[in-house]
Amino acid sequence: MPKILKKEKLNDNVSRIVVGAPHIAAAARPGNFIVVIPKENAERIPLTIADADTAKGTISIIFQIVGATTKVLDSLKEGDELAHLLGPLGVPSHIKNYGTCVIIGGGVGIAEIYPVVKALKAAGNKVITIIGARCKDLLIYAEELGAQSSELRITTDDGSCGRKGFVSDELKDIIASGEKVDYVMAVGPVPMMKVVCDVTREHKIKTMVSLNPIMLDATGMCGVCRVTVGGKTRFACVEGPEFDGHEVDFYGLSDRLKPYKDMEKVAHDHVCKMLQGTSD
Amino acid sequence: MQERPASERVRDFQEVPLGFTPEQALAEAKRCIQCKKPLCVKGCPVEIDIPAFIKLVAEGKFADAAQKIKETNGLPAICGRVCPQEEQCELECILGIKGEPIAIGTLERFVADWERENRESKIENRESKIGGKRVAVVGSGPAGLTCAGDLARLGYQVTLFESLHVTGGVLTYGIPEFRLPKAVVNLEVEYVKSLGVEVKTDMLIGNVHTVQDLLKDHQAVFIGSGAGLPKFMKIPGENLDGVYSANEYLFRINMMKAWQFPDQLTPVKVGKRVAVVGGGNVAMDAARVSLRLGAEEVVILYRRTQDEMPARKEEIGRAIEEGIIFKILTLPLKYEADDKGWVKTALCQQMKLGEPDSSGRRRPVPVEGKMFNIAVDTVVVAIGNSPNPLIPHRTPELKTEKWGGVIITPEGETSIKGVYAGGDIVRGAATVISAMGDGKLAAKSIHKIISA
Ligand SMILES: Cc1cc2nc3c(=O)[nH]c(=O)nc-3n(C[C@H](O)[C@H](O)[C@H](O)COP(=O)(O)OP(=O)(O)OC[C@H]3O[C@@H](n4cnc5c(N)ncnc54)[C@H](O)[C@@H]3O)c2cc1C
Ligand code: FES
Repeated sequence: MPKILKKEKLNDNVSRIVVGAPHIAAAARPGNFIVVIPKENAERIPLTIADADTAKGTISIIFQIVGATTKVLDSLKEGDELAHLLGPLGVPSHIKNYGTCVIIGGGVGIAEIYPVVKALKAAGNKVITIIGARCKDLLIYAEELGAQSSELRITTDDGSCGRKGFVSDELKDIIASGEKVDYVMAVGPVPMMKVVCDVTREHKIKTMVSLNPIMLDATGMCGVCRVTVGGKTRFACVEGPEFDGHEVDFYGLSDRLKPYKDMEKVAHDHVCKMLQGTSD
Repeated sequence: MQERPASERVRDFQEVPLGFTPEQALAEAKRCIQCKKPLCVKGCPVEIDIPAFIKLVAEGKFADAAQKIKETNGLPAICGRVCPQEEQCELECILGIKGEPIAIGTLERFVADWERENRESKIENRESKIGGKRVAVVGSGPAGLTCAGDLARLGYQVTLFESLHVTGGVLTYGIPEFRLPKAVVNLEVEYVKSLGVEVKTDMLIGNVHTVQDLLKDHQAVFIGSGAGLPKFMKIPGENLDGVYSANEYLFRINMMKAWQFPDQLTPVKVGKRVAVVGGGNVAMDAARVSLRLGAEEVVILYRRTQDEMPARKEEIGRAIEEGIIFKILTLPLKYEADDKGWVKTALCQQMKLGEPDSSGRRRPVPVEGKMFNIAVDTVVVAIGNSPNPLIPHRTPELKTEKWGGVIITPEGETSIKGVYAGGDIVRGAATVISAMGDGKLAAKSIHKIISA
């Protein structure tokens, strides 16, 4: 079973783990994700591969503690094993020399853009990275992304770090400054991705978004991850998770994220009780 | 065969038919007239020597009877439960002309269960004459398990790759516990492992290794990746909350054990009024599962009539007994939501039977102007599954039919030399026994080519 080799907290709610999984590390490309079942009774949850080290045979995963299963995952320590780990999944990002790219990450989406930024830079692009969060404490990976990007811009809702405002404001400024933007990619909460797409649509800039619908098997067998793209139903787990943002039905996507909210709370409380019971 | 009463069984997930006692099995086996030219064998896709095993049962030699079946069928406990015997062996039984055919399926189940409970853990003798020849098998459904088991018995070093975290394919994630106990499936998988097959779960072939990668360190590859792609009707409202594909619904319940929420963390929402669209085994399973999870009313919406339903007669009967409502000649046109985006009504078209179509079944046609609403809070779309497209997508050299089925030769070989395929990935959603038959054939062909 894949072992957690390293674990660190990036902030109160976000953790990073490095897991030994040589076959996944060898096959992973930027944009791929994995499914993890941290303990046998937990859900199958999809998480982006934030980095892969072929030589060491490891992958890094960054996750926010949002529900019961991420809580279980976060309860595991260095040296513990994951019950199941499947990957790499999904279609990798299309990496080539576009020219100037603006890569945008919001919230935990910041971690997800890291491998893409790295690869686009290596492919010879000028990469302007914009990251945004509610406040300074929730910003993650700024240093790492700064090191990989041609330019890093930061926004926070409360102005505690970087510009006070949204990532889309920064994007608008870049475009207004006369910078010729050839390619945009946005990863983060649905409203953020939607706003970014609204901005770039006006300027006809190709924009990819990485979608985060509910997933179950994540191998194309159940259809829970279906999203409407260009009027057609697509399975995000095998045909995505990246799609042309100008064609995505974001309203449909956010509706399909809701159905288990109430049950998630029950499960979360149940897990908290169990974890309390097992700790000394 | 005795069954648990409907009122009792709809409250749990335990098995419905109780099977034979040894006395009942003896009595049933003695009814067999041991035809010189047994027609039942012709009705069996894997040609089990049915009269021979029944004779052994009649003599009380249950272990020998099990061995006899296992000569041709590695998974009798499963086939005895889920094969459509009424269309196969039992349909051909001479005794069926005047009275009841021999209950071949129930006898098969009895023998397999008896053997399982009394099995001595003996190590199979698999002296390798093959000398380290390696074969990769993709998918741990009945096709893959059979192919892997047969090759291992011949002395091959077999690695079986399964993308999910549990083995068994549809036997595990699709067919519910009350029809096929998972303990039965697990034991059959353990048996295949005991033959020396190395099982690797959480391995999605196409992504982690391609088929071409596998060919580099294996002499042959067998693809048994099934028909896991759920079909939708492409009607308005199908993406509303509360509308599930049967695969999603059954996967949550059977594979992720959502019926034990929150001890099991995967949720499922089964409403009070569930509509299941379709008339096959999958639809029956989804409907009967819903009852067991507390639905007050479960309706099956089917566009033809009960006679045309592809589900096994036995299971249709059990569904009716349990209180499932059949709304035949009914075709959903669109689903509407409440103000929270949750499905609330199914607008349906009244159908009637018209002229026979190419399949010989009378084609359902709409009755002009007759439409009606059904109140629902859960919809399960069970109109069929297509071959899993992932491996064909990632393997451009692999030729497929327009509808997605992988094309094979009569020997089971695909358009790529050394790569074989069988089961639902070739046939589209079919049966357990046909998948096993394909797995057997491929194992035979692989052995012939490699040992030549
Ligand atoms: C709800 C339901 C009820 C049914 N009832 C009956 C019945 O009563 N009687 C009957 O005879 N038949 C029944 N069937 C049909 C029967 O189950 C199938 O025909 C049979 O299981 C097909 O076997 P298979 O081995 O081809 O594929 P599956 O059983 O589908 O197995 C395929 C396996 O391959 C795995 N896989 C797929 N892609 C990959 C990949 N890329 N890499 C690795 N692994 C992969 C899948 O996860 C799966 O485990 C039913 C089907 C369903 C869904
Ligand atoms: S998660 Fe099941 S098909 Fe995508």
